[in-house]
Formats: sequence, structure tokens, C-alpha cells
Amino acid sequence: MKKVKTIKVDIDKCNGCRACEMICSAFHATPKYSSNNPEKSKIRVLFDPIKDIYVPVYAGGYTEAECNGWDIYTIDGKEYDECAFCRASCPSRDLFTDPDSGLPLQCDMCLDDPPQDEPLCVKWCHADALTYEEREEEGEEAKKKPDEMEVGLQSLVKNHGAKKVMESLAKLKQEKD
Amino acid sequence: MRYAETGYNLEIDLSRGNIERVATDPRDSELYLGGQGTAAKILWDRVGPEVDPFSEDNLLIFSAGLLQGTPVPSANRTSVDTFSAQTGLYSHSLFGGFFGPEMKHAGYDKIILRGKSPKLVYLYIHNDVVEIRDASHLAGKGTMDTAEILKKELRDSKVQIAAIGLAGENRVYMAAIEHYNSSASRGVGHIMGDKGLKAIAVRGTKDINIAKPEELHKLCMDKYTEIYDKRVKYAGDVLTHENNETFHTNSFAWGNARERRKDFWKPEMTAEWGKVTEDHLLRHSACYNCPLDCHASITYPGRRTFFYKCYSKLTYAMAAYKDLHFNYDMIAVTQEYGLDGFSTPQVLAFACELYEAGILTDKDLPDFPKDTGERFFYLVEKIVRREGVGDALANGVYRAARQIGNGAEAYDHNTTKKFEQLPLKLGNLNYPFFLMYATGEKMCITQIEGAFPQDPIRDIEKRKAFVEGWEAAPERFKKWYLEWEPRTQPSIEASVNIADWNETGHYVDDSIGMCAYVSSFRGQFGGRIPYHMYNLPDFISLASGIDIDTDKLWEAATRSRTLIRAINNRRGLRRVDEKPPGDHWKYRDAAVEKQLLDEYYKFKGWTEDAIPTKEKLAELGLDFVAEDLINRGILTDNADTPVKEPSA
Ligand code: SF4
Ligand code: SF4
Ligand code: SF4
Repeated sequence: MKKVKTIKVDIDKCNGCRACEMICSAFHATPKYSSNNPEKSKIRVLFDPIKDIYVPVYAGGYTEAECNGWDIYTIDGKEYDECAFCRASCPSRDLFTDPDSGLPLQCDMCLDDPPQDEPLCVKWCHADALTYEEREEEGEEAKKKPDEMEVGLQSLVKNHGAKKVMESLAKLKQEKD
Repeated sequence: MRYAETGYNLEIDLSRGNIERVATDPRDSELYLGGQGTAAKILWDRVGPEVDPFSEDNLLIFSAGLLQGTPVPSANRTSVDTFSAQTGLYSHSLFGGFFGPEMKHAGYDKIILRGKSPKLVYLYIHNDVVEIRDASHLAGKGTMDTAEILKKELRDSKVQIAAIGLAGENRVYMAAIEHYNSSASRGVGHIMGDKGLKAIAVRGTKDINIAKPEELHKLCMDKYTEIYDKRVKYAGDVLTHENNETFHTNSFAWGNARERRKDFWKPEMTAEWGKVTEDHLLRHSACYNCPLDCHASITYPGRRTFFYKCYSKLTYAMAAYKDLHFNYDMIAVTQEYGLDGFSTPQVLAFACELYEAGILTDKDLPDFPKDTGERFFYLVEKIVRREGVGDALANGVYRAARQIGNGAEAYDHNTTKKFEQLPLKLGNLNYPFFLMYATGEKMCITQIEGAFPQDPIRDIEKRKAFVEGWEAAPERFKKWYLEWEPRTQPSIEASVNIADWNETGHYVDDSIGMCAYVSSFRGQFGGRIPYHMYNLPDFISLASGIDIDTDKLWEAATRSRTLIRAINNRRGLRRVDEKPPGDHWKYRDAAVEKQLLDEYYKFKGWTEDAIPTKEKLAELGLDFVAEDLINRGILTDNADTPVKEPSA
């Protein structure tokens, strides 16, 4: 059996306060709390107040290629954009990409340094739009997930080849020294 | 390194199409904090009294408050500052939502707009990319329409937009700048229109540095919890969650600020009006990083979704003697046109009275409907297009009355400094409120009142208990509050202090970008407030690194306030202009009013003619202001004022 950790999202309850973005980006900043930049948050609220659309989405990790699952959904008379509910950091949009490093952002359920009992975005969402859920599922406990940097590098290696990436890194280092 | 602020302003010249990123002086942040404070300094330095509000040299400044974009909860107010053609004076308004933090993440503390674009444009900002772009396709478009079109064509759902509607484009003096659930009014929208600027679209992804991140974070999270836990009693806009409208329908006047209807509200109406809201409510929404949700978004068939804030829920209904349904339908239309929900209803009710009195006739208003509600819709169309008599009405009650003439002046009884006021009709003169109405320069009482309770708690034991834990109040106010006999006025000395404390709180909030609903506005209803002069210095220091305590904070706010007074003095404002609306109170007392003003000016360090003295200016480090006022003959070197005809 493996434990699956998820965040359930109730879009009817979200009020667009963006406290989730604030706390997530602050907690994961280096040094901790040094900045709260929503663009670096691993949860984003895609909202359009005029259309009454409020969709909190937490980052699911990097996807290599643009998927072909684009679709427009109309729910309760409201039209949701293509990709509205997708959690991937993907080359076809700028969501969940660190604006400084260009690396993909991925939610770690706040288990990073120090691990939190409850995801912070859930804790600070007073509107109860976010609920934390753990469930048991058939299957092996997942291997330790690669960290963000590894995920990012893997994708660069895939796109440009290991040699190119190494060269670039060496060049960067030289410039810095 | 600069903390809490970016250290850069964006300077845009719309006449020449010039764009510059300009480093700012950190010393100004220490002196004026930011937001309205630093904007006032720029207006003093760069827009002289000879500059006509409709001239290229007038500036329109969007300022993020000092704490915007930091983790400090509810610090999301953007200040808009300029000179208004309606009053001829300094004009200022605030809006919440998400615009200011986005602008700061884009790397700018202010957007300073000068000049006029020859054709309608919008400003696009994405971090270092700043472009003045054609907006001819947006001409005449509604404010929410504009936001939606821009979002779509920019293919960016996270871009934040502030826009004017047809009212602003046609320089209607009641025009507002709309940003979803928030708007800036009081004379800033028509200047944006005059500059040919339809909208600003901003997107920012940069970090904002914090001086003491860990400590600030802890303080903020505790405050966040506190605000949320105490939300019902102590913070936020009660109107959006409250269906019982007894207070507003009974206390404020109906029509053209004419009549109080103390028996209007019946208990069953709470459910009836509540249902109107419930049937059309989409949801309550919040501003950036605030634990409250003061804004209601409402949808009406055939209309665009709109957001109501505060008392604008009732202003149209009460001005037209109508109901909530009418009010909602009216906001749906006026928000798209970008009209302010406080001043516009006054102008409409004023026009209806002129028609009833035969001053406006069928010649001025062809096919004028019989029903007041229909008349309001009719008049709005004329005003936003400046069509026929709508052209005069678009200049607000004061100026319209004089343009229309023929006795219309007598119907202008609810303006101060040429600006529409909340519709009140009360009995006895209220001392602190007299001072605030007469001397305020934020033009709307809601932007001036707030710290000191409006009434004493009757039960003295309860009052004592309240004073016990009253952290927001300096000691002297505790004494005055305890001594305050119900149904009497506070002493002259107390009134002077109360008026000063009330407005100073707003000058603090409006520089740091704090929402007044969790701070300066909320103490008057007798509750605790989340932010005040005694705890804000910690937030400011930890975020910005500016070494500040309560005294210094009070002084910084006084400095901005005094500078704004001097700005207006330079434009002719004098004691003679400092009057409350004509029949706000039934029982007036000329001798007491004179004494109140004399004492207030003395307390403020102003001359008898309402101009800051050389000594006061020097004390606040505003010697350059004194020098200018002396050079212009507004002040004399020995602190006396030459007798001069006022001209505001
Ligand atoms: S904290 Fe909750 S209510 Fe606020 S934006 Fe995030 S999901 Fe929505
Ligand atoms: S669980 Fe933690 S890391 Fe994931 S989105 Fe929420 S705050 Fe961010
Ligand atoms: S208290 Fe209300 S108006 Fe103020 S910031 Fe919060 S949600 Fe916005």
C-alpha cells in the first residue's frame, strides 16, 4: 500500500484572496520568507472576477511536451479556458515556471525543510476552498521524488542534450568566477 | 538594498511617448513613507498652482503603498493622486484589489503619467517591458469589457487591469477608475480620460525584498489569524454581509440629501432585500492577501457582472427613493460607464429636483420619463456622453448649478469645496464631524473619520472595560471617552484632538497602502481594530528597514497632511472655503464653529487663515514649503498672513 497525499479543491468556496500564493511562495523562498512572490508559488489561483471564475491549481510537476488534451469546458454556464484545470508545468504556458531560473515549480505538499503537518496553503485558506487528504492506495510506496533542480535539469537534458547543458553550466560558472 | 519598495518609479510622458524608469530617493520614503505621502511630494515639486488640471503638465500618479507586496495582511490599497478640474484642488482616491502588488512585482512603486496622448491608448507593463499601445478598439467600451478584451488579447490571465469607461473618456467629473471589485473615484477618472489613457495593464514577476523576513512573517501570520477570527466585530465592510439596512436607510438622507425616513425600514425587509442579494449573488470576494471578503459580485440578467462595495449598495436607491433591486441594476450600468457610486446619485437626484422645480424643463430633457428610476437611467446616458444638459451635470452639482443658473444654485446644498458629500440631515452640530467636514482634504468623510467612537457606550462599567484594553488610543483619548456624557458634544479641546487623530490614521494608511476597513476607518464603531499607530511601526520597520516608532509615524503622517494643505493653499484654499455642507445640521452655532476652527488651526500649527505656519513647516522639515509660500506672498515671514481674497 502507498500513501497518496492530495489537496481537494472546492472552486465555489475560493474568494480569490491569494493567501495560498502568499504563504507558499514565502515558505519556499530562499532564504525562507525572504520574499513572497506569487509567481514563485506552487499554487496559483487562476481567476477572472468578471466571469466569476476562481480556480486554485497546485503545481503537479513538469511535463515534457505540450499535451493534446486541450479543451474548453463550460460548467454552470461559465466557460473555463483551455488548460484551466491542468496542474502541469508545461512548455506551452508560463504557469509554474520560476521567473528567475526558468525551472519548473512543483508542489511538495510542504514536506520540505522543515516538513509541515499540513500543507500551508490549506492551513491559511480560511475560505476552506482547499482540503488536505491522505488516502491509501494499492501499489508500491513511491521512490523519493527527484527535487526541483533535478526535474528541471532532466528536462533541459532531454531538450538540449547533456553535453550542451554541461557546457552552458561551465560557461555560467566561468562568468560568475 | 531597498526593502518593501522597489526604489523605482515609472515615468511616462503620454504627449511624447517617452518612458523612463527612475530611481527614487530613499530619504523620501523615510519622510513620507510612500503611497499618497510620496505622491504629494511629487505633486508639490512638479505641479505648480498655475497648472490647469486639464493641462499636459498635470500629473496622474498611481502609487503602491509602502507595504504593498509584502506579507502584511490587507495592505493592498493603491493611491491615485492628481489635480481635479471639479475642485481645482488636489485630488486623491484609493483602490484595493490586486493592482498595486502586481505593479510592485513588476518593479515599480509608482506610475507617474504626464502629458496627453493624441489618441486613446493603454499602458502595458510586463516587468521591464513597458509600452504605450493603441486603444482605439477600446473607445467607448465599458470598464469590465475593457479588462476582459485586454486579458484576452494579451493572452495573460494574470495581468491586472485598471480602466476608465465612457464617463472617464468624456471627462465626466464623477468618473472613476475601475479595477474589478475596487475603484478610485473623487476626481481621478476624468484626468485619466483627459490624458487619453483608457487603461493600465500590469504584470509583474519580480521579488520584493523584506528587511527582516522571518520576524515579519511571524507577525503577519498572527495578524492574519487575528483579523480572520475577529472579522465579524472588528474589521471589514459589514454592508456586504448584512441584509438589515436599518442603519443606512435611517441615518442617511434620501433624494437630493433631503429627507430622513426613520420609519422606512421594516423588520420583514431584511429577508426581502436579503433575497434580492441572494438571488443574484455570485460570491463574496477578497482583495490581495486579506483574510476578509468584503466584496460581493452580483449578476443581473442582461447586465455585466458587477461588484458592490460599501454604501454604494444603497446610494442610488436612496437618491431615487427606490429599492435594492433598482440599486443593483443601476450599479451594473454605472460600473461599466465608470461612474462613482457616491457622487453620481447626488447629481442625478439634484437634476430630478431641478426638473420638478421647473428650472430644467422638457426642452432640456426631452421625453423625460415620469418614474424617478427611469429618470436616473435617462440622465446617466446624457451625462456619460455630455449630451445636452448632461454636459453641465457631468461637472458635478456645484458647477452644474452655476452653469444652469436660474435659481439652481439653491439646490446645491450638499457640497463642500465643490465636491458632493454623503447625504446627511441631522439635528445638532457634531463638533468633531464639523471639523472633519470643514477641513478635510480627502473630500469624502469616509476617508477622514474613523478612530474615535461616534458615541459613548452608555453603561459606564462597560465603557471602562472597553477603555481598559483600548490599545489603539493614546492616553488622552481614554480620558475624554470616559468623561463623555451621552447626547453631549466632546469639549472643544477633545473635538480638536479627535478630528486630528481620525484624519491622521488615514494619512498613515494611505501611505503604507493599508485598507482602512482593518485600520483607520473601523474604530468609530466602538470595536478593537487590527492595525493602529501603536502596532504599525513594527510592521513598517520589519518590512522596510525604516527605523520608526509611534511618534515618528504620527509625524510622517502629519508631514504629508501638512504638505497637502500647503499644496491646496497654493491653489487658493483658505479658511473661507472650510465649511460643512449647507444644511447638514439643522442647528448651527456660529460662535462655537468659529471657536472650533480657531482652536483646530492653532492645534495644527496653521494660521487663522488655514495655512501652515513657517514654524510648523520648519518643525516638519518642510522649510522649502515655507519658503515657497513666503515667496508667493501666501505666508509672511513673521508667520502672519496677509489679508488676501481667497480664490479656491
Ligand atoms: S487561500 Fe483559499 S480562498 Fe484564498 S485564493 Fe487561495 S484557495 Fe482561494
Ligand atoms: S502544499 Fe505547500 S508546496 Fe504545495 S502548493 Fe500548498 S503551500 Fe505550496
Ligand atoms: S478588509 Fe475588505 S476591502 Fe479591505 S482589503 Fe480586506 S477584503 Fe478588501
